[in-house]
Amino acid sequence: MSDLPMPIGETPEAAQGGIRSADWLEWLHGWIVTVDHKRLGILYILYSIFFLLVAGAEALFIRIQLAIPNNHFLTAQVYNRFFTMHGTTMVFLVGMPILFGFANYIVPLQIGARDMAFPRLNALSFWLTAFGGLLLYYSFLGGSGLYGVGNAPDVGWFAYAPLTARTFSPGNATDYWALALIVSGFGTLGTAVNIIATIFSMRCRGMTLMRMPLFTWLYLVVSGLTLVTITPLTAAQFMLLIDRYLGGHFFDTQAGGSALVWVHFFWIFGHPEVYVLVLPAFAIANEIIPVFSRKAIFGYPAMVAASVGIMFVSLGVWAHHMFTVGMTSVTNAFFVLSTMLVGIPTGIKIFNWIATIWGGRIRFSVAMLFCLGFLYQFLIAGLTGIMLAVAPLDWQLHNSYFVIAHFHYVLVGGIVFCIFAGLYYWYPKATGRMMSERLGRWHFWLFVIGFHITFDTMHFLGILGMPRSIYTYQPDRGWNTLNMIISVGGFIQAIAILIFAWNFIVSYFRGDEAGDDPWDAWTLEWTTSSPPPVYNFAVEPEVRSRRPLWDLKHPHDPDWEYEG
Amino acid sequence: MQRARMIFQWLVATALVSFHRSATAETTGSLPNIFAPAATPARQIFGLSIFVFLITGAIFVVVAGLLTVAIFRFRSTNSGTTIEPPQIYGSTQVELAWTVVPVLIVAVLFLTTARIIFVIQDAPKPKKTLDVTVVGHQFWWEFRYPALGIVTANELHVPVSPVRAPQPTYLKLLSADVIHSFWVPQLAGKTDLIPNHENTMWIDPHKPGLYLGQCAQFCGSQHALMLLRVYVDTPSDFAAWVKNQQRIAVQDSQVAVGRRIFETEACMNCHRIAGTAATGTFGPDLTHLMSRSTIASGAVTNTPEHLRAWIKDPSHYKDGALMPAMQLDDQQLDQLTAYLATLK
Repeated sequence: MSDLPMPIGETPEAAQGGIRSADWLEWLHGWIVTVDHKRLGILYILYSIFFLLVAGAEALFIRIQLAIPNNHFLTAQVYNRFFTMHGTTMVFLVGMPILFGFANYIVPLQIGARDMAFPRLNALSFWLTAFGGLLLYYSFLGGSGLYGVGNAPDVGWFAYAPLTARTFSPGNATDYWALALIVSGFGTLGTAVNIIATIFSMRCRGMTLMRMPLFTWLYLVVSGLTLVTITPLTAAQFMLLIDRYLGGHFFDTQAGGSALVWVHFFWIFGHPEVYVLVLPAFAIANEIIPVFSRKAIFGYPAMVAASVGIMFVSLGVWAHHMFTVGMTSVTNAFFVLSTMLVGIPTGIKIFNWIATIWGGRIRFSVAMLFCLGFLYQFLIAGLTGIMLAVAPLDWQLHNSYFVIAHFHYVLVGGIVFCIFAGLYYWYPKATGRMMSERLGRWHFWLFVIGFHITFDTMHFLGILGMPRSIYTYQPDRGWNTLNMIISVGGFIQAIAILIFAWNFIVSYFRGDEAGDDPWDAWTLEWTTSSPPPVYNFAVEPEVRSRRPLWDLKHPHDPDWEYEG
Repeated sequence: MQRARMIFQWLVATALVSFHRSATAETTGSLPNIFAPAATPARQIFGLSIFVFLITGAIFVVVAGLLTVAIFRFRSTNSGTTIEPPQIYGSTQVELAWTVVPVLIVAVLFLTTARIIFVIQDAPKPKKTLDVTVVGHQFWWEFRYPALGIVTANELHVPVSPVRAPQPTYLKLLSADVIHSFWVPQLAGKTDLIPNHENTMWIDPHKPGLYLGQCAQFCGSQHALMLLRVYVDTPSDFAAWVKNQQRIAVQDSQVAVGRRIFETEACMNCHRIAGTAATGTFGPDLTHLMSRSTIASGAVTNTPEHLRAWIKDPSHYKDGALMPAMQLDDQQLDQLTAYLATLK
């Protein structure tokens, strides 16, 4: 057992002499009771990558089923569970935890702090999220369904009432869904409070708000948005459980309740949730694009303003998910306008990234490749978003494969690409070793090709009238070939993900030594060792600009002479 | 990146070609394509979508072009160099410019969109219309024609509405259980059928024919097989169809045994056959069952063999359909099928 890996985040001295076999339990215990923000960040990320593989496997089952018409590979019931679980898992057990994992690891380091403001709340938040996920997946075994056998939620990830009423969803699967989201939702709220407190009260000397790295800025915005958005979801889940078990009638249409109340509650959560996921992706791009273009971010104040602007506007656009529920024409027009307004700050961001690249000297490391892929794909995602914001066009495209294509462009082409960029970028910091760039390039190109085969094609299926959430389709609708192409693309993506997983594991043992600052970067996390000691910084850093390491490396040309 | 982009373009082109091939090879009727509009709402949306595609396409070309140029022009050619490029922190004029231009684009898009919303949603209802009440059920469609006294299921018949003498059909959308959504892409955008919440939409198909659609809001296990067929009839065909639907069911003494089975084996609790004791309303009205070309909400064609297999075990075609298997023996199945086959 002496070759066990050194615990990440420990000081080298602590691990000297190797780990004796009796220490194995102690090592595990250390990870479970840890309140160190770096260890919790790593736990979040590993947990999310595990669920990424699980939900990815569910997606492959979905694509096998849809590859040919009238397929009997999965039954309707199993298919419905898989698409519900795929969506729920990817949003709540992959997207949010991994992005909060990045925040946990990076934010305290970037602001020169030794830990989060509330380390024990931090641990509680992680374990709540983790147990929420386990609860959701336990439903496959324990959620007694219609026939008394294990059953998973099968009501779709937005679980429209009254399909979730006990009349239409007997058994306990829906209860597991609601309870799991309540539990992990409280975890998320705890993390959001913690990040806000950390950023407001733990910044090192000299780091004013307008000198914070944009990564940290965006997490401040995201955490504020999280507090506002998770709350209505949690409230709605409570109302659902009251309906199901205590005779409430919030959504019980057979007793005068309103199905639309659920729809409103869900999307008041659900749309800002998109920004809860995408702003951290922007945060990662904001770090990586300047470093690998060798230029300061263009228009820092505008980037901050655009982020805050997106946060506020995103709270007023939810009913663009509801253009088909029969709102009045004036209401529809209002939500068309508010939705299109989001395009303005988002456009500013894309322009600023291009301006950052412009005049730079681009190094195409894997992290940068993923960010460049993100820029193209997020541009397309934004433009299809504009199309869907056009209410009459949405009457056609709503709930079709065009929408599936659009939001996978956002969630995969935008967010997952940035997550991979972030993993390649900060892996050396967290482990002290580099990930293989060669395998990384294989991962990138296969993923890009698979992504476009799958999701570009889906747009056409939507235009041809294929609705989402259907377990099979008739052979006479002209959807056969396109579905087959999409399924092939799905498997190419799966191969890319396996290459990534292999790279991620093997590099930990065999990767090149990283050193403190492998990318020649500019923010504070790169001043400390890789991996950083538990206390992060032996001496509290002091900063005079947004890029403290630039100042250090270029004493004759420091940033603080130019920043306004 | 350039090579990758060429690969994408090639793939998109391949996809398009094969999509055309599959579209022509597989189909006999019309496809549910939103770009093949056949009624005013769908046509208005089609026109708007072309406008929106052009604008967003232009934005894509400009922005992606700039990005591609930036990536090529400013790629690092000498990896050994340690000299950093000049640092530029921002420019108020440039940033103002790329804020104002999107604002103008949004204004144009919004005004165009709002106009079409009002044109479709607030169109004044003409005097001469056909009114149909659509009720969504797990997992089938009920169509009621209150003025004509007709109740049918899954296959909506409407008269053609020529541009010069419009006779639109107004649909009142209701649901008996969960949320469904009425979507026939060639005729109009979708509108949801929500319990406790009445919605309306209208269609004015310009050409006779069959238009395909299906439920577009996940409504339970067999959402996928909640298919929808709209038959647009010429005035004479429609009049003939109405006349036939208004008759009560034929009473053929040769199939009296089958009829007795229908009336004693609980079928009549859920199904109605006008002119008999069967007045159930939970399932589709079967008075003129054989006038429909499909059963099980479009899952299979309406032939006596399919009908028999469906009655024997509905889950054979549609696992999760709410109709139970009635445990009839083979002789009963034959007799019942023979009876139902007379309901023309």
